[in-house]
Amino acid sequence: MAHDHHDHDHDHGQEPPSDMALRVKALESLLVEKGLVDPAALDAIIDTYEHKVGPRNGARVVARAWSDPAYLDRLRADATAAIAELGYGGRQGEHMVAVENTPEVHNLVVCTLCSCYPWSVLGLPPVWYKSSPYRSRAVIDPRGVMAEFGLTVPDEAEVRVWDSTAEIRYLVIPERPAGTEGWSEEALTELVSRDSMIGVSLARAPETGA
Amino acid sequence: MNLPETGPIDPRVFDEPWQAEAFALVVHLHDRGAFTWTEWADALTGEIKAADDRGESGGGDHYYHHWLAALERLALKRGLAEPEALAMRREAWADAYRHTPHGQPVVLGA
Repeated sequence: MAHDHHDHDHDHGQEPPSDMALRVKALESLLVEKGLVDPAALDAIIDTYEHKVGPRNGARVVARAWSDPAYLDRLRADATAAIAELGYGGRQGEHMVAVENTPEVHNLVVCTLCSCYPWSVLGLPPVWYKSSPYRSRAVIDPRGVMAEFGLTVPDEAEVRVWDSTAEIRYLVIPERPAGTEGWSEEALTELVSRDSMIGVSLARAPETGA
Repeated sequence: MNLPETGPIDPRVFDEPWQAEAFALVVHLHDRGAFTWTEWADALTGEIKAADDRGESGGGDHYYHHWLAALERLALKRGLAEPEALAMRREAWADAYRHTPHGQPVVLGA
């Protein structure tokens, strides 16, 4: 049995990668030849999204909004501009909207059609955000979906679901946890999880966070 | 339902290099004005909707399959590439792998 399969590739070539990888290589190399794509720019984009852009950006926006009422006002008036103040810009030119959680209102973000997501402040979306169950159920049964994340929103609070589009992306500003009076922005940033800015969880409480 | 994949921030952004490359191609082509972001979102939505209808999109694991299919479709529609050239180029890359010794970079026409 051990010798049933001889390697016929006597020049010791490599096994081609997956069909998906070959398709990307084919398209990319054709586009590079035509001058439509600059390989160095591709590398820079990958580096940015693998290493530089992530939910910490959004956490800094939230911590600033918690700490600085004037900033919160600017965020409410024009979230795209207020977020850009911290150096985070949407490269698709999408319009950012900040939605604030309060004791009366809890906000939840979804993209029912595909996976529109505020990359500049949250990085790329988690797998579940792109999944069919989340996309289809977040609008129909938001409380049920949030419960699966371990989040129970009080009955008396209104749940608002925001459906992202290619043009508009939403960032949830979670409620500032109690017991964080006088905390620095940096310390507050540690309490703000990715999921809390999508709306499927709350900001961490000081006892368990940081 | 398999929804929450909780825990802290997902450390791996892309599961495989081709996903990162396909992602970057879309962002870059858009930056260069090859298509608008709305056109891109429409193309991606179309692929995902078709997969949803087939019951295949599931847990989001195949997201970048849809992403690449949408990119190819949009590239062909926009005349950025031709179907025959794409197919031939794909074979050329497969051949290049088969004829490149381990440990050496794979280049076309090797």
